[in-house]
Amino acid sequence: MPVYNLMVNGKSLSVEAESDTPLLWVLRDELNLVGTKFGCGIGQCGACTVHIDGTATRSCLLQISSLEEAKITTIEGLSEDGTHPVQVAWKEHDVPQCGYCQAGQIMTAASFLNSNAAPSQSEIRNAMSGNLCRCASYNRIEKAVADAAEKIA
Amino acid sequence: MKKQTRTTFSRRGFIRTSALAGGGMLIGFNFLTACKDEVKPPVDIANLNFNDFNAYIKIADNGYVTIFSPNPEIGQGVKTSMPMIVAEELDVPWKHVHVEQAGLDTDKYRGQVAGGSQSIRQNWDVLRQTGATAKQMLVNAAAAKWQIDASEVSAKDGIITSKSGETLGYGDVVKEAAALEIPENVSLKEPKGFKIIGNDALNIDLHKIVTGKPLFGLDYKKDGMLIASVMRPPAFGQTLKDFDDTESRKITGVTDVFQFGDKIAVLAKNTWSAMKGKKALKANWEDNALESTEKHDELLLGLLNSSEGEVRREDGDVDKAFAEADQVIDRIYESPFLPHNCMEPMNFYADVTSEKVQLAGPIQTPEGTANRVANLLDRAPEEIEVELTRMGGGFGRRLYGDFALEAAEISSKAGKPVKLVYSREDDMNAGIFRPAIKYRISAALKDGKVTGYKLKEAAINSNMYGLIPNFFPAGAIPNLKIESANYKSNITTGAWRAPYTNFLAFAEQSFFDEVAEALNQDAVQLRLDLLNNVDEGADDRIQYSASRMKEVIKLAAEKGDWNNTSDGIYKGFSAYYSHNTHVAEVAEISIQNGMPKVERVTAAVDCGIVINPTGANNQVVGGVLDGIGHAMYGDFTFEAGKPSASNFDTYRLIRMNETPKVAVHFIDSEIAPTGLGEPGLPPAGGAVANAIKAATGKRLLKQPFTKYLAETESEVKG
Ligand code: FES
Ligand code: FES
Repeated sequence: MPVYNLMVNGKSLSVEAESDTPLLWVLRDELNLVGTKFGCGIGQCGACTVHIDGTATRSCLLQISSLEEAKITTIEGLSEDGTHPVQVAWKEHDVPQCGYCQAGQIMTAASFLNSNAAPSQSEIRNAMSGNLCRCASYNRIEKAVADAAEKIA
Repeated sequence: MKKQTRTTFSRRGFIRTSALAGGGMLIGFNFLTACKDEVKPPVDIANLNFNDFNAYIKIADNGYVTIFSPNPEIGQGVKTSMPMIVAEELDVPWKHVHVEQAGLDTDKYRGQVAGGSQSIRQNWDVLRQTGATAKQMLVNAAAAKWQIDASEVSAKDGIITSKSGETLGYGDVVKEAAALEIPENVSLKEPKGFKIIGNDALNIDLHKIVTGKPLFGLDYKKDGMLIASVMRPPAFGQTLKDFDDTESRKITGVTDVFQFGDKIAVLAKNTWSAMKGKKALKANWEDNALESTEKHDELLLGLLNSSEGEVRREDGDVDKAFAEADQVIDRIYESPFLPHNCMEPMNFYADVTSEKVQLAGPIQTPEGTANRVANLLDRAPEEIEVELTRMGGGFGRRLYGDFALEAAEISSKAGKPVKLVYSREDDMNAGIFRPAIKYRISAALKDGKVTGYKLKEAAINSNMYGLIPNFFPAGAIPNLKIESANYKSNITTGAWRAPYTNFLAFAEQSFFDEVAEALNQDAVQLRLDLLNNVDEGADDRIQYSASRMKEVIKLAAEKGDWNNTSDGIYKGFSAYYSHNTHVAEVAEISIQNGMPKVERVTAAVDCGIVINPTGANNQVVGGVLDGIGHAMYGDFTFEAGKPSASNFDTYRLIRMNETPKVAVHFIDSEIAPTGLGEPGLPPAGGAVANAIKAATGKRLLKQPFTKYLAETESEVKG
């Protein structure tokens, strides 16, 4: 099996995996980073969202062989102990229900606020609409993103 | 889901206490003895230790408290709210409390089930008693130390105080307390004095969730574990003829492929290899009876229009009421199947060895599932261990342990620890759906009143259960008949969030809107008038409380500003009792590009005492949005036994840009609490449908609304 050198959460790691393995499964099965979730495997739900060079990307569709130059950030590496403003806002609003989708939601929100520091409500609603929440915690996600924007500003 | 009588406690074996070797005290409950006459001898109390006694409360000698939450957590918040009840009566600051998920333990806990919104309702008394008993023991220990009477000692916020002003922390007396007799008849707090209950407590796993810590079944790992992926018949009614696994076995990481029943298991060293291995299988299937939605529609409509069926409740003389009516309204409402689509696909860990069977994962029914696994593998129930993980949603799907049985069978066959993982396609198509249901409802109207009511349900497999016929409008209309009929299908069905009523509520609440219109009455007033007919207490079969229902209706109408109009906004009303909780909702919609957009929903809820307001609000908001999402978009049909959708590209779930703001108002109450995981959902679809009628003049008779509106587009005027 080929060996790939990856940069994950600021650490360089090498991992042995088939070249077509999606980053999602490399993170979960090989690197023990299980915060990134599997929801659909076809890019429709956003549960598997990570940052590639700072941009929110679906890790279920990303083959490991394409990532040797990339800077990968997962929920575990978003901040030291949950201190990123988006994570703080998530806690203040007590957003999660089952919690399963939330790492993906947080990663999408963090990357979105990087590109748009003062979003309107409809910009938030559109930016977040790629992430499904089966428990429908959408009202609180929306408020938490708006709040995080203020924290960052 | 079944109405239960109140628990009575047997004092014997009710509580066990023990001093812990490392300091501190442990207090345990034997729920089994709380509900059964036969009391098993307790575990050896002298040698009791934390590891073999998975109890409710552990108090360390620094005063810190660990509370074990016995019920499965599926996102409904019981892992937070149940310990809050214990902590309230124990009287400790919530910030000194640490909560852990208990495993399955039928010796200590009763009813470790998440379903039917019953966790809180059925455990309320027991949880309070546990906390209060522990507190009394600590007080007694302090009194003994001070050599005064316990009546001169009080305790609050983890501090014990004597009349003369001396103080001790709970931790200072735990050792002594653990050795004391267990007091009887401890007094419980007055609800007015609650300090933890009724205040916001954040989700107990919040920090772990937002930092991505392993919590869920899919995150569960054990050394040497293989991943299993299973190929099942693609259509209901098919069986496995033969298969070729040559290509599958060539995939790196695949370790084994074998058949079990009509399924094929692929085992691999990691998830990706297992999934690839499954895709590479070539299987041939034998077609048996393949069913389709078209056929179901015909059959169910046939049942509705026939005399076949079971009468579930009959009051007065329905035939006479209809014969004498000035006007009769007669409607048919139709719904599709629905998959649960928990965000975390089904998965389970099993390690079957000659000594024992270890199971771990997300399951709403650990006890029943353990018994079924014991049966399947011909093992004694004592040999089965179940560890509970947090669940990425349940919605009823994880009541059925089919996936745990599969995992156990695969592990047993392979002789290895295995984690079975469903792909989304497996999850959406393997079975157990909300059955497709149709209702025929008719009303007899005479002299401005509803004099007769008939409702007949036709469902795939089964839906209506015994108590439903005693929901509203039973008791409110003198001549009433409720019937049900079923068609037995080979498509598997079961409970889906707010089972039995998730579609019934839509049908009835749409129907009453039409009745109000026919009688030229306000929709809210009609409901209040009907409820005024109920002679409360006269018929003990009746499940809802007319007075509590009226209160939520009035509150929703007031907060949702029912009597005022605003430009471009159309309102719809709905009220429903389910799972012991009364809920009323006002939906407001606008028409955007010819399609309805739900702008706002106001809900009023009576669930008795609200344990954790932030959690309670989260449940109701989620339930309302879930109800709207599935009413608008949820579409799942069959053709030649095959489901119409298998992933989120073909199955539409509500997304943020489609959600309204939901405002929730709780009735201020001192009545014992009921559940909230489900009751917010049933009224939502009806409220939206009634608002769409107000906006467009179009009555929605079928779900999903988007499909129905598109089909009948020519008739819609926005
Ligand atoms: S798992 Fe990647 S988008 Fe759903
Ligand atoms: S919190 Fe359950 S899926 Fe989002």
